[in-house]
Amino acid sequence: MGPIGIEHYLVVGAILFVLGVLGIFLNRKNIIVILMAVELILLSVNINLVAFSAFMQDLVGQIFAMMVLTVAAAEAAIGLAILVIYYRGRGTIAVDDVNRMKG
Amino acid sequence: MIQALAFYLFAGVVIASAVMVIMSRNPVHSVLWLILAFFNAAGLMVLVGAEFIAMLLVIVYVGAVAVLFLFVVMMLDIDFAAMRAGLVKNFPLGIAIALVLLAELLLGLGAYGAGGLELGTPDGAAMTNRPGVSNIEAIGALLYGRYIVLFEIAGIILLVAMIGAIVLTYRGTKPGSRSRQDVGKQIRRRPEEATVMKNPEYGKGVDL
Repeated sequence: MGPIGIEHYLVVGAILFVLGVLGIFLNRKNIIVILMAVELILLSVNINLVAFSAFMQDLVGQIFAMMVLTVAAAEAAIGLAILVIYYRGRGTIAVDDVNRMKG
Repeated sequence: MIQALAFYLFAGVVIASAVMVIMSRNPVHSVLWLILAFFNAAGLMVLVGAEFIAMLLVIVYVGAVAVLFLFVVMMLDIDFAAMRAGLVKNFPLGIAIALVLLAELLLGLGAYGAGGLELGTPDGAAMTNRPGVSNIEAIGALLYGRYIVLFEIAGIILLVAMIGAIVLTYRGTKPGSRSRQDVGKQIRRRPEEATVMKNPEYGKGVDL
């Protein structure tokens, strides 16, 4: 085990990102898990930003990580609110027949 | 040595719990694994000296977002078993796309490691790890100084999200509901119609 460099952090971020994308593909019907997978993707982005910020000695990356965090929180709140009203009208959250909403 | 050990521990648990988030049968378990992933990601960030972001991750994600997820998952009564039906069908395609994506990301990483990429260098105005200045102090100076506009935009984003969530889920008050105050009805009410005088006999109840 050598010293921990930026590459280690980037590998963790890359694996987390791929797991998030895989989660969206695998749980196509369950929109709650899709939202959780999006949170995982945003977490991997945050890990990347913080790692670069720390290893390149520039704090701006951490400021941007805070912005990503803000948008992630807003996205989760709005997404779950839409989910709740969709469930209220339909009694299910299966996203297969969402296109019935149009028109 | 202890740092490397801690890194591998945190990274391993993050990745393992991320796998459990997307593979777990019960979404409640998924949320709990997500909380574990956030805690360990916060640990990773503490290791590189970004304490403030780590604490923010614990407070905002674990304290607010994950609890919101848990609340919604438990509030909606859904047959989650039926939703797993498409899992096997989508599995090969999902794995293929994930492998392609991972290969691309690792190629980019290899290019960075080989020095093939010229990243921008910091101008030194926002140096971290200055002697005598803590991480929180440096972030505060930067956030309330040069990036004050960004900070306020973040506040507006949160305001929009809050109003949006309320507007979306607000059902309005029903005409006969008690939560609505009818001032005219309250003023029209007279003592004669609201109170009655009774003189009950001993041992008998009052018939209203």
